[in-house]
Order: sequence, then structure tokens, then C-alpha cells
Amino acid sequence: MNQIARPLSPHLGIYRWRVNMWQSVLHRLTGLFLCLGALLLTWGLIAAATDPYAWEAFAGFCASGLGVALLIAWTWALLFHLCNGIQHLFRDAGMGYDAAQRDHSRTPSYFATGWIVIAVSVVLTALVWIGLFARASGGAA
Amino acid sequence: MSATQNDALRTPLKNVRGLGSAQSGVRHWWLQRITAVALVPLSLWLLWLCAGLVHADYATVRAAIAEPVHAVLLVALVVSLFWHGALGLQVIIEDYVHSRWQEITLQILVRFGAFLAAVACLFAIARIALH
Repeated sequence: MNQIARPLSPHLGIYRWRVNMWQSVLHRLTGLFLCLGALLLTWGLIAAATDPYAWEAFAGFCASGLGVALLIAWTWALLFHLCNGIQHLFRDAGMGYDAAQRDHSRTPSYFATGWIVIAVSVVLTALVWIGLFARASGGAA
Repeated sequence: MSATQNDALRTPLKNVRGLGSAQSGVRHWWLQRITAVALVPLSLWLLWLCAGLVHADYATVRAAIAEPVHAVLLVALVVSLFWHGALGLQVIIEDYVHSRWQEITLQILVRFGAFLAAVACLFAIARIALH
């Protein structure tokens, strides 16, 4: 087989940072983080299947300061990965991907939808946790 | 890019098998998308289920998991979640781990880990639902 010089990816440093690059990086990082969240789900299910003491240990971790902080982070990671994933699926299907939509001199909907994805994931996370804290501090009565 | 130049970048094996140089064609890409589509409604449903079970006692949690609709959806979620996660981790390892033996070791660990955790979840759901 004859070897030819294959084109290599250009060094990332030559690009100006734009929202789609943040989306790409965050999608991977949240995906990685959500894999750890899947292990929390595993712990919870196994604890529920074992006995009340195992469940108490799991519930105690979730209610701790570290637990709540991690759960908030996991909620945002899930909602960002979800929103960005839906946008990814639309772009996989070829939608919203024309040259005109990536051109900043015209309507830059390619970048606008990226910011919308990030904003929606943050707003939804806030809504979920405001709802949970509101219910915990009186709404449950 | 001219057709000749384009052909020059392809391996002869690709032309024989109709697969890319990764030797797997588009199977990985499609499985990642199919599990992603399944996880859109399932993950939103899980979020709703978990939010409803905050501060719930042990018996309430078990009763919620044992409910047939919940148990079935949980099984569907666990299968697509760990499948999707393993496919994603596989790509991350392929991209960033450049020592061959480390890559192979990590790929095997990810597969075993995802499979073991998925089986543990399914066993737990079955034990609670069939109790």
C-alpha cells in the first residue's frame, strides 16, 4: 500500500472561539460527567433493592451539601447534553447548517441557536431547583 | 477536491469492503443517534420521576420503582443510557489515548464497566418490581 501525505487537522489555536466550539467541548465534558451520574443511578437502584439502611446511606449522600451540589451540576449537565444533543440531531439531519446560517455578516442563526441551547439548559436547571427548594421549604405541608 | 485526489485519500480496503478506514462503517454513528433519540423522552421522564421522589421514604421509592410502567421505562432507560455512554466514552478514548495498550485496556474497562453497571441496575429493578 503506497503511503501518501494525509491532510492533518489544523492547529486549534488559529480559530477564534465561537459558541459552537464551547458547545462541542461542553458536550464531551457533560457526557463524561453524566457517565459518573449513571453510576449514582446504579447506586440508588441497588440501594433501593437492598434494604432501608442501604437506602438511607444513599439518600444521606444525596441530601448532603456535596450531594446537592453534585445533583445540581448533574441536572445542568443532563439538560445541556439533552438540549445540545437535540440541536446536534437536527444538524446531523442537515438542518440549520447552510453557509448563510454560519455567516456573521447575515443573520447568524447558526450561532444564535447555540446560545439559545446554553440559555435554555441554564433556565431549565434553575426552574427545576427553584421548584425543589420551594417545595422543601413549606410547599410540602 | 477532484475525484482523483479524493480517491487517493481512501484505503484500498475501503473500496473493497465499503467501510471507512476505521473498519466499522457507520454502525457506531447510527447506534449513538438511535440511543440519543430514545434518551430524549426517557431522561426527561427520569428527571420528573426523581424530582417527585425527593424526600420520599424507602417504601414510597420501592413502590414507585415497582409500578409496571415505571419499571419498564427504567429498564429501557438503563439499556439506552449505558449503551449511549459506552459509545461516547469509546470515542473520547479513541481521540485522546494514544498509547495502544492503554487504549485497549481502557476500551475493555469501559465495556465491562458499562455492562456490569447496566446488569446491576436491571437486577435491582427486577428484584424490586417482582418482589
